[in-house]
Amino acid sequence: MWDRVRALIIKEFRAIWKDKRSRVVIIGPPIIQLLVFGYAASFDVNHVATVILNEDRGLPAAQLVARFKGSPTFNIVGHIGTTKEIAQYIDPRYASLVIHIRDGFSREIGAGRTAKVQMIVDGRESNTAQIILGYAGRVVRTFNLHWARTHGLKDPPATVVARAWFNPNLKSQWFFVPGIVALLTLVVTMVLTALSVAREREAGTFEQLLVTPFRRIEILIGKATPALLIGLAEGTVIIAVAYFWFAVPFRGSLVILYSGLFLFLLAATGVGLMLSSISRTQQQAILGAFLFVVPAIILSGFATPIANMPWPVQLLTLLNPMRYFLVIVRGAFLEGLPLSTALQQLWPMAVIALVCLVSAAWLFRHRMA
Amino acid sequence: MTGSETPSAIAGNAAGSARNGQDNPNDRGDTAVVRTGIAGSRRILRLRGLIRKETLQILRDPSSISIAFVLPAVLLILFGYGVSLDAEHVPVAIVVESPSNDAVSFALSIANSHYFSPRLSRNRHEARAALRRGDVQAFVVLREDFSRRIKQGSGAAIQVTTNGTDANTARIINGYLDGVWQVWLKHFGLARGQPIVAPVDVEHRVWFNADVRSRNFLVPGLIAIIMTLIGALLTAMVIAREWERGTMEALMVTPVGINEILIGKLVPYFALGMGSMLLSTALAVWVFGVPLRGSFLVLLLVSAIFMLAALGLGLLISTVARSQFVAGQVAIIVAFLPAFILSGFVFDITSMPSIVQAITHIVPARYFVSSLQTLFLAGTVWRIIFYDLLALGIMAIVLIGLTRRMTKKSLGQ
Repeated sequence: MWDRVRALIIKEFRAIWKDKRSRVVIIGPPIIQLLVFGYAASFDVNHVATVILNEDRGLPAAQLVARFKGSPTFNIVGHIGTTKEIAQYIDPRYASLVIHIRDGFSREIGAGRTAKVQMIVDGRESNTAQIILGYAGRVVRTFNLHWARTHGLKDPPATVVARAWFNPNLKSQWFFVPGIVALLTLVVTMVLTALSVAREREAGTFEQLLVTPFRRIEILIGKATPALLIGLAEGTVIIAVAYFWFAVPFRGSLVILYSGLFLFLLAATGVGLMLSSISRTQQQAILGAFLFVVPAIILSGFATPIANMPWPVQLLTLLNPMRYFLVIVRGAFLEGLPLSTALQQLWPMAVIALVCLVSAAWLFRHRMA
Repeated sequence: MTGSETPSAIAGNAAGSARNGQDNPNDRGDTAVVRTGIAGSRRILRLRGLIRKETLQILRDPSSISIAFVLPAVLLILFGYGVSLDAEHVPVAIVVESPSNDAVSFALSIANSHYFSPRLSRNRHEARAALRRGDVQAFVVLREDFSRRIKQGSGAAIQVTTNGTDANTARIINGYLDGVWQVWLKHFGLARGQPIVAPVDVEHRVWFNADVRSRNFLVPGLIAIIMTLIGALLTAMVIAREWERGTMEALMVTPVGINEILIGKLVPYFALGMGSMLLSTALAVWVFGVPLRGSFLVLLLVSAIFMLAALGLGLLISTVARSQFVAGQVAIIVAFLPAFILSGFVFDITSMPSIVQAITHIVPARYFVSSLQTLFLAGTVWRIIFYDLLALGIMAIVLIGLTRRMTKKSLGQ
């Protein structure tokens, strides 16, 4: 049996490998993607294009403006004199933030009353808008604290001291780069497996394969192994780049990470083969893979947390293998994931893989009828 | 099947005029006009046939229709209802080491905020374990000396520890807790009859999206993703299949010119893409309540030009790839993923490193997303739209022109 399976695996590898173009698309782009996306996928906000509208001539207003000028987050791109000019900067996106200090600001603050400063922010990118307001609020709080100290006001009775575990500087990159391991290996494995059966069905060779002495389990292993091995190899390269190039700390165990990667790829292979067995043509297979991959990425917690989703959608994510693997890959990198948490993620992936692979094997034959 | 059964409305007009020309050649005037007229009508006839063939192919294959209409609906529902960057009911653990009035009042302020769903932990170890297990996203410790330090005026600390793995959520949690703290300070001052005056207070004005709803930001950008799927992925696959099967070469040896082949391929997919754009816009506005503040006509114009660029990309991919496998992979890698990550759809472009920002300039979806966000939320701001239209127009011309050249060259081999 193993000789036959080995022959089949070698044949599958050759089918992928014989074409120079398909070799290139498997190896080259994922690396480039990882590098580009590793830098692009981030919710960190910096160089916020800021415009100052300061109607106050006093020193306190100038001091507040100086704090924004000194902050690396804000990049002052202009000074304007009237509120009418605000739209000229915000509408065409020349600026994302306008800081409006009204006349009387210095008088109020000097008299010991609360002075108001208005922040006008472009809401087209809602998340960025919120982060900008958060940063701006922090600059104003620092100003307040300094003002209170230097003007003999009482300190607030209690202050918030915030710190973050696992990612003390709250770098988005540490969150997204491990996620890209899941994203890219999923896309590559799904496309490889989705096309594997459909290509042969379209060419008519799959029927020939079914009438050979091969058993279905042997065909299944033959079809799944190459995709699995290519996925593992690619995952390894991405993990290495994440660690060595992006310097994302690795605090967990490689054994847990690779068990997770293996089961995740097995589940992806199962889904891919299932779709491939249903499809009549390669086009249907790849579009079917798409109908799975896109929602799978969106509902995985890759960019938006699962906890923010409504409850029925959260239930739906339980069927998504990527959701479990993301916990493992991020945990293994940043948190030094404990085994108990890892096991809670590993078994659902194993179940999904088993169900999909068995269905695929069943569909090999029954699709024909 | 006769021409009157042509399923595509677009093909319909051309079909009607072409048939008239063919059926009644005697109605025409002098011979010179007849000759050019016949040549012209033949071309229209051939084109009509090609468009009809492509349209039938789309209608017969359930996967094309799913990509054009099912996937957009699924994506819109997911982004409209499912996905959000706005955290609510964040699970946090609170550790009150000594239950003084001050500490309890702060813990209650957290409990009263709908942003948090708090639980009490007996001690720091328990809270730490909960954070490590992922049961809570953050924990707040009010130390034993919290009340005493307040009374002494030596400044008590509210220690907040977040799980920083998801940096964005951690930042949002810190922001929420800052808000809770400020409200608590105000009450604290009022309760003691000595209000605490903050020197400067910030007033927020969020233009175009006053409630800062992430749905208003994500749903318009999604139209770019959907049209990229149809224009680049679907088209690349379909035409790569023709190359793979040799039917493209077969088509080349017929009297049909390259221009006609390309137009024949473009028209049905263009209609499909615009159809799903209209469907998405209708869902966005009427189901998800995203405002459409700009001109609808301008939206149509920008979408049409973007669709041409996306189709050009799809055609070019299929011409270079020649096999469905390679075309599928390449379309995902050069069209779909960049539209998702490098277009400004989710991730802010101005915060990217300058090299990556430079790369985004060759992603057509970047210009379309910018126009979509502006047209839906801000209005018709010509200073943005004009620039985007120009870039998209150039890309469409370059991509389609390149495809035309490559198709000729490859046949010469």
